[in-house]
Amino acid sequence: MAEVMDHRAAILGSIRKALGQASSKDAIAEEYAAIPRTYTKTGGMERAALLAHFEERLVEYDAGVYRAAKDGIAAKVAEILTARGKPGLTLPEGVPAEWLPEGFSFEVAGLQALELDKTPGVLTGCTVAIAETGSIVLQNAAAQGARILSLVPDYHLCVVFAEQVVLTVPEAFARLEGTSTLPTTFVSGPSATADIEMTRIKGVHGPRFLDVLIVVEA
Amino acid sequence: MSGVQTQDGTQWNRQDFPEAAKEILEQSQTRKNVQHATNVIQGKRNKVVAELPDWEDLREAGAQIKAHTLRHLDHYLAEFEANCTAAGGHVHWASDAAEANRIILGLVQQHDAKEVIKIKTMTSEEVGLNATLEANGIAPIETDLAELIVQMGKDRPSHFVAPALHVNRAQVRAIFQKEMHLPDLGDRPEDLATAARTYLREKYLRIKVAISGGNFLIADSGGMCIVESEGNGRMCLTLPDVLISIVGIEKVIPSFQDLEVFLQTLPRSATGERMNPYNSTWCGVHPGDGPQEFHVVLLDNGRSPILADKEARQTLQCIRCAACLNACPVYHQTGGHAYESVYAGPIGAILTPQLHSMKEGRSLPYASSLCGACYQVCPVKINIPEVLIHLRGKVVQEDQATLAGKFSLWNIGMQAAAFLFADAGRLGLAERVGAVGQKVLVSKNGFIEWMPLMLGGWTQTRDLKALPAQSFRQWWAKEKAPSAAAKNGRVSHG
Amino acid sequence: MRVSLFITCYNDALFPETGKAVVNVLERLGHEIEFRPEQTCCGQMHWNTGYLREAVPIIRHFVKVYQDVETVVIPSSSCVSMMRDHYVKAAEMDGDAKLVADVEALLPRIFEFSEFLVRKLGVEDVGASYPHKVTYHASCHSERSLHLGDIPIRLLKRVRGLDLQPIQNIQECCGFGGTFSIKNPDVSSAMLADKVRNVLNTGAEVCTAVDNSCLMHIYGSLHRQRTFARTAHIAEILASGYDKEVTAEAFV
Repeated sequence: MAEVMDHRAAILGSIRKALGQASSKDAIAEEYAAIPRTYTKTGGMERAALLAHFEERLVEYDAGVYRAAKDGIAAKVAEILTARGKPGLTLPEGVPAEWLPEGFSFEVAGLQALELDKTPGVLTGCTVAIAETGSIVLQNAAAQGARILSLVPDYHLCVVFAEQVVLTVPEAFARLEGTSTLPTTFVSGPSATADIEMTRIKGVHGPRFLDVLIVVEA
Repeated sequence: MSGVQTQDGTQWNRQDFPEAAKEILEQSQTRKNVQHATNVIQGKRNKVVAELPDWEDLREAGAQIKAHTLRHLDHYLAEFEANCTAAGGHVHWASDAAEANRIILGLVQQHDAKEVIKIKTMTSEEVGLNATLEANGIAPIETDLAELIVQMGKDRPSHFVAPALHVNRAQVRAIFQKEMHLPDLGDRPEDLATAARTYLREKYLRIKVAISGGNFLIADSGGMCIVESEGNGRMCLTLPDVLISIVGIEKVIPSFQDLEVFLQTLPRSATGERMNPYNSTWCGVHPGDGPQEFHVVLLDNGRSPILADKEARQTLQCIRCAACLNACPVYHQTGGHAYESVYAGPIGAILTPQLHSMKEGRSLPYASSLCGACYQVCPVKINIPEVLIHLRGKVVQEDQATLAGKFSLWNIGMQAAAFLFADAGRLGLAERVGAVGQKVLVSKNGFIEWMPLMLGGWTQTRDLKALPAQSFRQWWAKEKAPSAAAKNGRVSHG
Repeated sequence: MRVSLFITCYNDALFPETGKAVVNVLERLGHEIEFRPEQTCCGQMHWNTGYLREAVPIIRHFVKVYQDVETVVIPSSSCVSMMRDHYVKAAEMDGDAKLVADVEALLPRIFEFSEFLVRKLGVEDVGASYPHKVTYHASCHSERSLHLGDIPIRLLKRVRGLDLQPIQNIQECCGFGGTFSIKNPDVSSAMLADKVRNVLNTGAEVCTAVDNSCLMHIYGSLHRQRTFARTAHIAEILASGYDKEVTAEAFV
């Protein structure tokens, strides 16, 4: 333990020696606050255009995109699962019953990787979605669950409410401010690689198939 | 040169850049692969950067956040440590590569792990972690597709975003066929990626210790952020019982909110995507989600002394997007291996010699035509050409302090040129002497080095037109000066 | 306007025709040209090669020679970038506050030749005629330090008879880089080969630029390969085939 402390002191000492006189906490905070942030913070795009923009980005990533009205979520989920040939999906805790259609099996999952690997897919909600980058942000929260759930199954169906969609990355961060310590994953399309001759290949280790169901007012 | 250990136990810094580059320039397949890859990424990058009207504002904010953090680095590291620890993480400090290896090996052995899964990390490469693990009977398994290709091919990374961009699909196929025992493997990129998925999936589900680097350490939340594409990162960050992250001390940022800048600039600069497929952030340990034991090793290894140099400190602003490699016309020709360094390209040319207190990689600051393409694309505005010149200044001053350096042809030539440039009379005389006696001068040792040595270096592939009989100043003195003087009343004494 | 020409050391010795062309164009536009024979070099070769201390006296000399001028025009973006990007720093490094102040006072009066024509004089048509197929190479410093953008292209487009051919990778370095081409001759040659291939692919007879340093490098290979393509500084093109009547009309 003594040795570990030596390295800590050595590094911090070396940094201080290199930088000279330290500033007070207040001075550091003041300097930080003065950093100019002239980049675009908010979008100001009206709702319909925003959703269309989000859809367009998702499609570019080869994600499937669907829409449903608030009272039509379950029906749309049934339609998607039928099209995908899925008998049912695994769920995190807290998925509302009105998302789940009859005739399919939905089970709240355990968190064992080997078990999840055998499931046909997972259904989650999200915390926020970013139109400009086609991203959905998942956190360890109700209807989203632990990170493993949206990782190991090969198929992910994500329900995004229209009011969860923002245009810009900074708008998303404004919404994440209160929950920044939760495990968080930004998902932008299915997993991909371009490591071989810069050819984008969909589906390496994460889910190879991603569908996004956007829920709009009636 | 003493050389630096790499992950596979071979040495970096075996030879200077010009010699290493010459070897690569003879490998036409490698050059073709590198040019293809850099052209593709560069094209994608330019397209998605042009989409953002506030790109310059984002660069400026990113640069200032990083510069601010570096000015108060100890403050932010201590804040990170306190918050990470409070969230259940263990923070370790490693002054050098040996300490980092000792800490990580100890943790792996504590868990009796014979295998570890790894996310691509340049810091691991920097400290030679794989060689340490292997020497102790532990198999490190790279999970990034490109790193797996490099590891299986017993090769070295040549680019820190796409480490295998110097090999093509046929070469990848040959490596996988042999190492994964798949004689019938096809050579479509899909086939190769599927082979890697199958090969690694079993390992993700079984191996209990993972090792990663880190893109950002977040001081105010005590969290970390890792940016990736394939999902191999998420596998390593989520499935094992134990996660060990080795991260350079310069990777800390003040606030989670600062990611709103870097998560725009990094993906667009690195892979030319609006957002890479996966970004993960987490703080310490979260019950029921991910590894229940988390260690961060904060690595100095030559970084902190760089802070003392105000000109060069900006080197540590780097977020490792590799945009400068893709934009660099020198890198286009040579790829990464010519730099003989973990960190290649323009940023490597300034980072590597500084990490080694200017004792290694001394030819690297000269491995640039100073064309400025690197600075133009840098998302945190590191003025790489300016730092290159600054480091050249250090090399020259250090060389001049030695007897051999003082009497080197370069130094003598430069001093002679400076002597000529200090006075127009001398310069004019030198020009006249040059015009008359250039053939004689060219064959000599280069006393007026700004001419003869240039000819010498040139003549392999280029001709240089001879000095004209009359210089401009001679022409002016003869044709224009008399009338100009008469008109202006200005006395010409050229 | 009274214009002082800083010819630059390498143009003085190797490319006097460029200097004559600058004088020709500016005089015809009605400006009075002076040439201060005390001039030597901007100090770039020393500075960029790492001989920082050795560059300072050269910089000091330049500032002393030009301190009192109305305007300095320089037919080399590379030398202008040396001044704009590094002079203040060099003076600061030397700890000479007076030199810092003198540099800061002088810099706004220094112009690269094509920049002077378009940005300072507001002239795009200088009345030249040059009936040749030409391609334009955007040198690194003109593009990324001076940010000349399309200024040289605008000047070339107004030259009568000139057939401007677009070149691939117009902004990519030719591989010269001053002493880079000596310290790394093989990489420099490989970069040059790419540039020359792009030049030849345009089918142009003449490759032009605002820097003779790049052109010297490019021509070195064109000549070695025994091609018929040649190089010419933009000033030489703008000084060609001048027609008094056309120009008189152009500047009304």
